[in-house]
Amino acid sequence: MLSKLQIARRIAEELKDGYYVNLGIGIPTLVANYVPKGMEVTLQSENGLLGMGPFPKEADIDADLINAGKQTVTTLPGSVFFDSATSFAMIRSGRVDLTVLGAMEVNDLGDIANWKIPGKMVKGMGGAMDLVASAQNIIVAMQHTNRAGASKLLKELSLPVTGLGCVKKVVTNLCVIDITERGFELKELAPGITVEDVRNATEGRLVVEGDIPTIQIS
Amino acid sequence: MNKVVQNAEEAIKGIKDGMTLMLGGFGLCGIPENSIKALVKSKAKNLICISNNAGVDDFGIGLMLQGKQVKKMISSYVGENEEFERQLLSGELEVELIPQGTLAERCRAAGAGIPAFYTPAGYGTEVAEGKEVREFNGKKYIMERAFDSDFAIVKAWKGDTDGNLIFKATARNFNPMMAMAGEITIAEVEELVEPGELNPNEIHTPSIFVNRIFKGVNYEKRIEQRTTR
Repeated sequence: MLSKLQIARRIAEELKDGYYVNLGIGIPTLVANYVPKGMEVTLQSENGLLGMGPFPKEADIDADLINAGKQTVTTLPGSVFFDSATSFAMIRSGRVDLTVLGAMEVNDLGDIANWKIPGKMVKGMGGAMDLVASAQNIIVAMQHTNRAGASKLLKELSLPVTGLGCVKKVVTNLCVIDITERGFELKELAPGITVEDVRNATEGRLVVEGDIPTIQIS
Repeated sequence: MNKVVQNAEEAIKGIKDGMTLMLGGFGLCGIPENSIKALVKSKAKNLICISNNAGVDDFGIGLMLQGKQVKKMISSYVGENEEFERQLLSGELEVELIPQGTLAERCRAAGAGIPAFYTPAGYGTEVAEGKEVREFNGKKYIMERAFDSDFAIVKAWKGDTDGNLIFKATARNFNPMMAMAGEITIAEVEELVEPGELNPNEIHTPSIFVNRIFKGVNYEKRIEQRTTR
């Protein structure tokens, strides 16, 4: 099984030099820690910052400089600030190369639910609906099953949808899956996990072809 | 034409029960702190507030919620606020949740003389219910309308007495679009200078959009997630 950190590390392997990337809250944020050395990746924060740097040292904290998770951050050489309309212009026009976000459910058509649980206090979708409606390349980082042990990779979503047909890849604690017309195509297994484990934990159409390699992660 | 007012109390004159207000800020970053405090004192009620978030229990728009002044919030994300949750569940408060980019664009459209536009955000979701859907180049979009608001209240870093504004870092967020969108726009600034002191190359919001301006005092600038390395 992969830990949260290992999920982030595996997703970092999808980064390419020159990418502009938007990372959601939670596991996706951790991806920033594993950008391969020598690779230039620019982080976009939808509250109005391109070129997000690491958290500040205590002495450099600036209340006017935060990320979309409302955490204090820093800038880097080449960073730029802009207003919220410009920020979502970047997102809607497809200029952000990769979006990584969490999900409550994904189905085998690539639909995603991650903003609302009926009967619970709804906090809002923030920028998630804009991101999933326009991003060219969306990777979901999540646990394969929920706390009750039920699959989060489904035939049909049970929760209100955030966006349709948008998720291309899912990295869970059990495996790496590509979403294609055929459904969930199993690409890699986490160490110690079998195809049978994935099958048991996946409700949607699962496609398994050939030998499935194991994710090489330290 | 003198746009300069002495303080927040004077700036918010004319804001009456039932009006629609735009309030700048992302979380507690770049919110018009002085004007919000004056609104709390004014006891104006049944307000409709358009703002990305609703503050926290004891700061920002949360203070107006404590005073039961808000009838409806139009936001993209409203977490981190117990009083908000209580009022919502008890039916005292209405909320309309809007995708963040759509919220920004509805402000921008209002300030740009554009009555409506099409966006893919929310297509196929409950956000699209009751809205016109159109297909362009094989992709589905929903029609969203520009906001109507009586007042827009923004916070800038520097401003001049003509109303030109410069924002700082990510405290810019929704402020520039809202500044353009208000029937009447109020700007509170940390530094108020004479015309000519701001470099015209560096101004974000042109003075023409701003009706009232004042120098705010005692900025608290609370931080929600203080994170360090």
